[in-house]
Amino acid sequence: MKKHLLPSLMLTIVFVVICGGLYPLLISGISKFVPGSGKGETLMVNGKVVGYANEGQKFTLDKYFWSRPSAVGYNAAGSGGSNKGPSDSAYLKQVQANIDTFMVHNPTVKKEDIPADLVTASGSGLDPDISVQGALIQVNRIAKERKLAPEQMLALVNAHVEKPLLGMFGPEKVNVLKLNIVLDELKK
Amino acid sequence: MNTELSGVILTFLLTVLLAYPLGMYIAKVFSGERTILDFMKPVERLIYRISGVNPSEGMDWKQFLKAMLTINLLWFVYAFFMFLFQGHLPLNPDGNPDMTPDLSFNSAVSFITNTNWQNYSGETGVTYLTQLFVITFLQFVSAATGIACLVAMFNGLKHKTTNNLGNFWQILTVTTTRILLPICIVIAVLLSFNGTPASYDGKDAFIGLQGDTVQVSRGPAAGMIAIKHLGTNGGGWYNANSAHPLENPNYFTNMLEVIAQVLIPMSLLFALGFYIKRRKFANVIFGIMTLGMLCLVIPTIITEIHGNPEIARMGISQATGAMEGKEVRFGPAASGYWSIVTTIISTGSVNSMHDSSMALSGLMQMLGMLVNGFYGGCGVGFLNYFIYIIIAVFISGLMVGRTPEFMGHKVEAREVKIAALVTLLSAFIIKGGLAIACYTLLHYSNADWAFKPSGWLNNSGFHGFSEMMYAVTSANANNGSAFAGLTGNNIFWNALLGIAIILGRYLPIIGPIAIIGLMAKKKYVPDSAGTLKVDSITFGAMTFGVILIITALSYFPPLVLGPIAEYLSMHH
Repeated sequence: MKKHLLPSLMLTIVFVVICGGLYPLLISGISKFVPGSGKGETLMVNGKVVGYANEGQKFTLDKYFWSRPSAVGYNAAGSGGSNKGPSDSAYLKQVQANIDTFMVHNPTVKKEDIPADLVTASGSGLDPDISVQGALIQVNRIAKERKLAPEQMLALVNAHVEKPLLGMFGPEKVNVLKLNIVLDELKK
Repeated sequence: MNTELSGVILTFLLTVLLAYPLGMYIAKVFSGERTILDFMKPVERLIYRISGVNPSEGMDWKQFLKAMLTINLLWFVYAFFMFLFQGHLPLNPDGNPDMTPDLSFNSAVSFITNTNWQNYSGETGVTYLTQLFVITFLQFVSAATGIACLVAMFNGLKHKTTNNLGNFWQILTVTTTRILLPICIVIAVLLSFNGTPASYDGKDAFIGLQGDTVQVSRGPAAGMIAIKHLGTNGGGWYNANSAHPLENPNYFTNMLEVIAQVLIPMSLLFALGFYIKRRKFANVIFGIMTLGMLCLVIPTIITEIHGNPEIARMGISQATGAMEGKEVRFGPAASGYWSIVTTIISTGSVNSMHDSSMALSGLMQMLGMLVNGFYGGCGVGFLNYFIYIIIAVFISGLMVGRTPEFMGHKVEAREVKIAALVTLLSAFIIKGGLAIACYTLLHYSNADWAFKPSGWLNNSGFHGFSEMMYAVTSANANNGSAFAGLTGNNIFWNALLGIAIILGRYLPIIGPIAIIGLMAKKKYVPDSAGTLKVDSITFGAMTFGVILIITALSYFPPLVLGPIAEYLSMHH
């Protein structure tokens, strides 16, 4: 044991310095050259930060595209999911309530067209995206609220569909914050 | 074809494609041949000089284990006190508090053992100092510890008769400087270019479009997220782990992270083949492990894409699959694939909340951790598989009625006894721990504790039982993923899981190293007509059979009470 203690101690010190000190410093230094310089990429409106490109935020007003439900209320300083199992009765009531709320605000939508992502909470509570279907079924509501032509809104959504990686891998999606920022600019 | 499925298939193919040459490289590193990273030699020589290590001094299996355990004990003491006083130490821009003693114990144990079970939230429970100087550091060296122990086994298998399993400190050092650090730098840079933060700034705040004030946790996360996957650690920078959009910003990073976690376990198999010059042996094992993985992955992906039957009954579309606890940018296929990879590999990072997976997927995730040897964690995965091999060798020997040999060494009573004990140990820890938890919940649910057991579970019925079973299974397997609805930050769970983690880490390392040490000392028996052909497909299938039987016999009853009962109740 004694024979092992000194090398162990010195190796520990060396690797704490290398792995805990130098390595993150190196990565931090390199990240100064990426968009957002390693602090996270932000989106601006009129010179003010209104959000992080990768992080979802709460949208509940009828004039905006809604984000997905969040178990943590889109608290970007405390992420998390609902951790509800698929058969829990309280959870299923919550989903039913989400469906009902959506139907009330979107009377023209048929229930069987609502995609599951719009009424279930994401894993992080900060999901920046919704499915394409999830955006399309909100078009009528927003067009009415903003007094815009539904065709114009449809074109807007389609222009904001993010294709799978290289067109071949992974799901299609729509970034809600980016879409809503453009929506606000449309009005002017 | 469906873009989600093609994404999963591409991910797996890329993993194999990268693991093969990496395996070749790793074999070269440990046999001291020339590699492209030889420019690290002066750094390594400096490390040996500072530490007073003679890298060419061999160790027998007892010395090797003593060196490993001593340094691990030291890391525990260091980590425990750092967590305990982190609130009073520098690099804490968000002003996060000290950990309680029981949480410090649990966290320290969790990170020195490559488990990364987290009973705290990354945003509020740790500081940048502990994230980097404790957690990131331990993610490197705990992975290197596992790999070093496997290399000791390689050395035992390579030589006909030997006492020398290599020098623990030397292997630990080169694993870090030649394998983990260089690859991590590449991964971390790719992550930061895709939006993962890497600067030391604290929380940010802004006013969103709807007028809500939002606080955003950030920090030097990219480096930690790289080693968290490459080292099969799994502990997240943020609470939501790799479901968090800063920790895993897009489909590309998702592929990168899930490839990174399989990379070393898989390449170590190939390295074994090159190192001991038995390529076929390694290839057959690779085949069996891949088969095992597919048996778990395929049902999981199908179930998740199919969606939640209870929600289908409400009459909405299931075109995007089961989405509770999942992120739109990954979808159900990539989330299902990840959930199995992270449970068979012992990583335990998540890109979706396993607690919200379908019942069948939950069953597959638990099976992945119960077997804990399909690829498995850095180094330890093969050590676990080796135990199954020894049992298979023993049973084969019984069938033909002669003392069996494994690679020219007799496998006798002592070795088989150790293997049997290690096998029984897992069942004992998991079912014993689960029994204590259930008993406490049933009889002391309103006990006068700081946190009452009645508040432990987030789900009712069978799924609540699954939450507890998942926790002890994850602890024993040193996995670290959770059915995270379980409230784990209280003395009961901090202590129970901490103890399960310690037993589940060190005994399954000590056992195989002891076996290989004992075997390697024996006289070499050359191959004859009666020798068991361990590199045949027949023997591979035999091992697979042993895994099936042991797992089914040990864990069928609790699995029936949890995920299987839930599945049946949903599909009545």
